[in-house]
Amino acid sequence: MSTEPQSGPGISGDDSLEAAHERNRRIRRLLFGCAAVTVVTTVAIFLVLFDNAASYFFGARISEMLFAGEAVERTVSFVEFFTGTRWAPAHATPAHGVLPIVWGTLAITIGAGLVSIPIGTATALYLSEYASTGTRNKLKPILEVLAGIPTIVYGYFAISFVTPILVDGIATDILNPIGSGLDSISHLAPVLLEPVSAWMLGASVGRYSMLAGIVVVGTMTIPMVSSISEDAMQAVPDDLRNGAYALGATKYQVSTRIVLPAAVSGIFASYILALSRAIGETMAVTLAAGFNPTLTVNPFDEIMTMTAYLVSMARGTSAVGTVEYQSLFAVGLLLFLLTLTMNLLNDRLKQRFQEEYR
Amino acid sequence: MSTKRESNFLADVDLTREKLVNRLFYGTLVVASVFGLVMLVLLIADVLWEATQALSTFDIDIGNFLTGTSSSRAEQAGFGASILASLWLMALTAVLAFFIAVGCAVYLVEYAPENRTTRLIEANLANLAGVPSIVYGLLVLALIVNDAGLGSVILAGAIALALLIVPIIIVATIESIRAVPSSVRDGSYAMGATKWQTIRRVVLPQAMPGILTGTILALARAIGETAPLIMVGTMLHATRYPSGPLSSFSAMPTQIYNWTYQADRMFNGLAALGIVVLLLFLVAMYALAGYLRNRYETDDGSISNV
Repeated sequence: MSTEPQSGPGISGDDSLEAAHERNRRIRRLLFGCAAVTVVTTVAIFLVLFDNAASYFFGARISEMLFAGEAVERTVSFVEFFTGTRWAPAHATPAHGVLPIVWGTLAITIGAGLVSIPIGTATALYLSEYASTGTRNKLKPILEVLAGIPTIVYGYFAISFVTPILVDGIATDILNPIGSGLDSISHLAPVLLEPVSAWMLGASVGRYSMLAGIVVVGTMTIPMVSSISEDAMQAVPDDLRNGAYALGATKYQVSTRIVLPAAVSGIFASYILALSRAIGETMAVTLAAGFNPTLTVNPFDEIMTMTAYLVSMARGTSAVGTVEYQSLFAVGLLLFLLTLTMNLLNDRLKQRFQEEYR
Repeated sequence: MSTKRESNFLADVDLTREKLVNRLFYGTLVVASVFGLVMLVLLIADVLWEATQALSTFDIDIGNFLTGTSSSRAEQAGFGASILASLWLMALTAVLAFFIAVGCAVYLVEYAPENRTTRLIEANLANLAGVPSIVYGLLVLALIVNDAGLGSVILAGAIALALLIVPIIIVATIESIRAVPSSVRDGSYAMGATKWQTIRRVVLPQAMPGILTGTILALARAIGETAPLIMVGTMLHATRYPSGPLSSFSAMPTQIYNWTYQADRMFNGLAALGIVVLLLFLVAMYALAGYLRNRYETDDGSISNV
């Protein structure tokens, strides 16, 4: 007779109410376990990297010191690690200064930023302020393909296309195999026949160069800047734009003085994301920029990034206990902390950006 | 009076200059937008060009290339063992990542209370998504390959790739679950269903196309990943077929890496062909994801797939 809604035991419920509740609790715990896995992963990365990196500096892993009573003996001093300018842990006369490979990573990151930040921002402005909806809906996903292409393909592109242009010059490299008459071109633009490096700096380029790495890493990070910046620009309310137009502003002025400043925290977040990706980028820089740890500012020199060092020293199971193996984790830890800092910075900016216009 | 004012209106503005600035600015933006497109076209054209060059200059047997094992002699080298290894990797990665990711997403959307633990989990997800892939390789190298003694086998590679894509699948799953309208949920509760029955039989089936799309896109990311596999210590030359999850291997990207830095031009050509195969896999995966999205997505997020 009662018309009050009953909280049933479930649709196909032969179970008692108590049993159904117990099952829900069990499922809830299981799902929480899944969520906990993600936190455990982060903790594991921290612990494993610290643990193994310790063997590089102290001769034994932290776990070995604690549980097996291994003696602490310094093999690499922190001072040498952070201030030394020669990096060759596996060399006959070893040197443990990490600066050259940190510089390699920074050089690629800064260079790639110089490519992707201006181009990405301009693309975002075009997509958000100028392009028609149709153009925007086509162009944005096509550009995002750039970020979806495996980085090994960029490495191949660097070796087979970018570097030859730097070495041989645009015309010789592209037009010669196609078979166009080189003579006519040499009259029009003799510069095209020379190596790009020669007319820029008078330098010569080998198989690997910092510049090739910068070009490919810069290209692959363009869509991160353009897509995320464009999202931020779209979030700027039209009222602000219309207000500026009502005061007689041109489209250029609205773009640069209204939209850019209003979306600035989202735009900066995209920059940080792109730079962070460039820091961790591995295969493209390994194949493009090479394996020579040098402190150099010449973009045509071969350099080595932290990630390239990791790749060059990866030996799987065979190398356990050697200095090469231990150094992997010291470098890996440094790389992880570097990107972690960038990610935290990005989080802060993203929160600000979300709060702004809601 | 009024005419005088009109003539003074905008008198201090040099309209020609303003127009010039605007056109220059517009031109710059267009050039910048085209740059990305040009690079994309160059990249794909370069790979296709090198691949066709390799086919015409060297005597490459396509059948042997697609089915054979790699070899130190370029004439006999094939890509088949690497393709098989990549398929194994994808299958294991999908199984390992899918359930954990969906479980985590369901917990965060449906169960998680508003407290510090939940905020920690969410903040940590954002951080995990930004960890360089090579670091996951290091983690698995130390923990699974060496400490646990598993060795550099397919399963170890799959664990590294699964850790890498779990955050990506979680984000996609959370979005799809949130998109399920609350009216559908309420209807289920009104029928007397428990929370778990509602999630399992109403929410998840409806969110599944979105979840699968996200999973396929994440796997497309994983299939091209090279660095974590190299850190795990895979063979770089796939000289034999993988027999199962516990055999050593070289997947497609690591094999391409090996061929790319060989000095022999023919190996470079093989790398281009390998890249074409890898890109075809990617295109197929993107197409499948796009198909799922279009097939089940409706404008009002209605219940078309129930």
